[in-house]
Order: sequence, then structure tokens, then C-alpha cells
Amino acid sequence: MTTSVPSTERRLPVTTWLRMYLRLFAVQGAWNYETMLGNGIAFCTEPALRQLPGGIGGERYAQAIGRQARYFNSHPYLAGIAVGALTRAELDEVPATMIERFRTALGGPLGSVGDRLVWASWLPFCSLIALLAFGLGARPLTVVAIFLVIYNIGHLSLRAWGLHVGFQRGLRVADALAHPVLRKGPQVIGMLAALLAGIAIPLATREVVGGGRQLSSGIIILAMAGGVLLARLGGRVEGWRISLVVLAVFVLFSVIR
Amino acid sequence: MILLDLLPVALLGGFLGMDVVTFPQAMISRPIVAATVAGAFIGNPTAGLVMGAVLELLALEMLPFGASRYPEWGSASVVGGALFAAQAGSPAGALAASLFAALVTAMLSGRSMVWLRRLNASIAAREHDALEMGSGKAVTSLQLFGLSADLVRGFTVTLVSMLIFSPLIRAIVASWGTESQYSRAIVVVIVAAVSAGAIWKIFHLVPRARFLFIAGLAIGAYVLVSA
Repeated sequence: MTTSVPSTERRLPVTTWLRMYLRLFAVQGAWNYETMLGNGIAFCTEPALRQLPGGIGGERYAQAIGRQARYFNSHPYLAGIAVGALTRAELDEVPATMIERFRTALGGPLGSVGDRLVWASWLPFCSLIALLAFGLGARPLTVVAIFLVIYNIGHLSLRAWGLHVGFQRGLRVADALAHPVLRKGPQVIGMLAALLAGIAIPLATREVVGGGRQLSSGIIILAMAGGVLLARLGGRVEGWRISLVVLAVFVLFSVIR
Repeated sequence: MILLDLLPVALLGGFLGMDVVTFPQAMISRPIVAATVAGAFIGNPTAGLVMGAVLELLALEMLPFGASRYPEWGSASVVGGALFAAQAGSPAGALAASLFAALVTAMLSGRSMVWLRRLNASIAAREHDALEMGSGKAVTSLQLFGLSADLVRGFTVTLVSMLIFSPLIRAIVASWGTESQYSRAIVVVIVAAVSAGAIWKIFHLVPRARFLFIAGLAIGAYVLVSA
């Protein structure tokens, strides 16, 4: 008999959970413009789907894999929420139409929440901490370790939490997106990052150039003026492309002069 | 550098290129990590870190949002870090020329990611029936293909870039005519301006961001003056 309400007692064997967790790190392995993360979702849910009646050669397994391999997109770190929830729905034998509707509804929110929290907040924040460490004269290994440890505490926890909460709540996982870290996190991290950027950029700049206070000050003033100009241009130009052109001209000038 | 010396660097570029999207996205591909590790491979992690910091300031601008097209910093940082670290004593022009090489690599490597995504799509289309029938084997093989192809992509991009840019950077540095400190200053003005613009772009909607950034600048200026 099928049921749309997940039973709260269901648990995954530890080895299955670990397999799914490790596979999450390769969830974007076959990322493409047609199915995006779809194949990755099937890949991550597969270890748990073996528990469906009939096992790996069963009809339910095949139907579930077929469904999960279709188009899906979300932020890769929050894909664990989808993997957990979809696995739970398949194991609870929720009707296929309901799983498909749920899949369609879940992708967008997971994408936008993840982009805001990770790509637009956590990653730049951790980069700025590493740049600050560099600007304060930390050794190479220290800078690398600071960045990787801090960043990955957030990264690994987010993936583990997503898989756990997704499986625990099944189709009711949308509530998890109201978690304070997901809702308020980007704003708080953003405020800290703005402060940190003001400190880190001048110090990192000084560390690269070396030289006297006067030169450093001149560079910072010019850089901030350039930053304001680029900010005013908004999304119309990409700074790294401008950098490439300016550098090409500078290299040419310095070689032929 | 001869071809045999380049292979470990190319392999590193392959693995760190994978980290950008396919596996494990632990951000070991971020420039501040990748260039430093590449520098360490050449025996000069400090130079690698300098290049890493410069590229990191630039990379703040292009974050890897979903299906957007962006430069691939992993392999590019390995190229930039290795090239700069290989210039003994960091002569004038080495930073600017190595950064130029890294940016060209990032641009080309970003394009190679688009080609790989198209290739993955065509293979997924070929396997469509098997996937719809629920073949776990098809799912796994598609995934493994994507991962291996990305490793090969990063390896190839790094190797080709190193083969082209190693002699080119040496030639550029040998005929460089601008004083060392000013060469670095120009590079730093460019990347710091891009990073300041990027910070504004990312955080301008955050409450009090402008005030906090200016407060940070004041603290940074104080540290600079008092150091």
C-alpha cells in the first residue's frame, strides 16, 4: 500500500548513509545543460534505493532510478536535502506523480538559498579571511589551512545536515529552508564580510607590493577609485576581462619600451 | 621546464580543475590554495601564495553561480602559481606576465568546461533510454565519464598552458623594461580595484555594508600606518 506521509521511524543503515554522503561530493560529476544535476541525484540516491522491494533488479528500483535521473537543478551543497527527501519519498513509496511534483518544486528554492548562503556569502567571507591572514604576513601553509578548515567546516556540515534533514522530513522538508542559518546567515555573513573586506584588501595589497607606506597608500587610493568605477558600471563589464586587456597592454609596453 | 617536470603540475591542475565543479568542491581550487600548492610543487610556496592572493582578489568577482559561464580558476591558478614560482628571485615583470598567463588560462579553461558540459549532455541523450528504464549502471557510468573527462580536461589545459607560457614568460621577463616595484604596483591596483568593485557588487544589498566597508578600510589604514 502506498502512503504520502513519511513514517518518522525510518532509518538508513550507516554504510548506506555514508555512501550517499560521499557520493554527494560528486553530485555534479555529469553536470550538463540538459539534465543538469539530474543524473547526480540518481547517483546519490542509488545506494538507498537498493532497499526497495525487489532490490537492485526490481521494478520499483528501476522506476525510482528512472525518475531521479531526470532534469533537476539546485545548489550542489544543498542537493543533499533533495537527495535525502527524494530517497525517503521513494522508500515510503509515495506516488510517482507526487514525487515528480515535489522534485519540480524543490529545485528553485534550493538553488537560490544555496547561492545566497554559499557562493555569495560564505565563500567570499572565507576568501577574505585568508587574504587577511596573508596581509598580516602568515606563512603559506597557515593561509591555506585557515581557508580550507574554516570553509570546509561550513561545507561538510551543510552537506551532512542537508542529507539528514532531507531524509528525516521527506516531502515536508520545505520547512527546513526556514532554518535561521539559511534565512539570516547570508545577511550576517555579508555584514562581517563587508567589514573584513575593508581591512583585508589594503593589507593584502601592501603584502604583494612591499615597499613604502607612500606607495601602498597611493595604490589603495587608486584601487578604491577603480573599485567605485567598476561598481558604478554594475554588471555591464567583468573586471577580470578588463584586467586581462590592461595587463596585455602593460606587458606589451614593458617589453617593447 | 621540460615535459617531464610539467607532468606533476599538469596532474595537479587536473585534480584542482575537477574541484571547481565535479569533485569534491571543497574549494581546494580557490586561487589562494591552488597557486600556493603549485608554488610548493616548484619549491617556492611563498611565491605561489603571492600569485594566489592576487588571483583570489580577482576571483572574488566571478562566483560559480549555477549554469553561468565563468573563468575556471583551479587549473589557471596552478599555471599562474607554478609560472611565478619558477622565476627565481621574482624578477621585474614576473608577476604581471604570470598573471596574464593565468587569466588567459582561466578564460580558455572556462570555455573547455562549457564544451565538457555539452559533451556530457550528448552522452546523457545517447543513454536516455537506459536512464529512463532505470539502469543504475548507466547512471554510474555517465557519472564516472563526467568525472574522468573533467580530470583529463584540467590536465590538458594545464599542460598546454604550461608548455606555451613557460618559455614565453621567460622571454618576457628577460626583456622587461619597467621597474620591479612599479610593475607590481600596477598589477595590484588592477586586482584591488576589481576586488573592491566585486565586494560592492556582492554585498551592496546587505544592511550597513557601506558603513562597515569604510570602517574596515579605516582599521586597515590604521594597521598600515602603525606597522
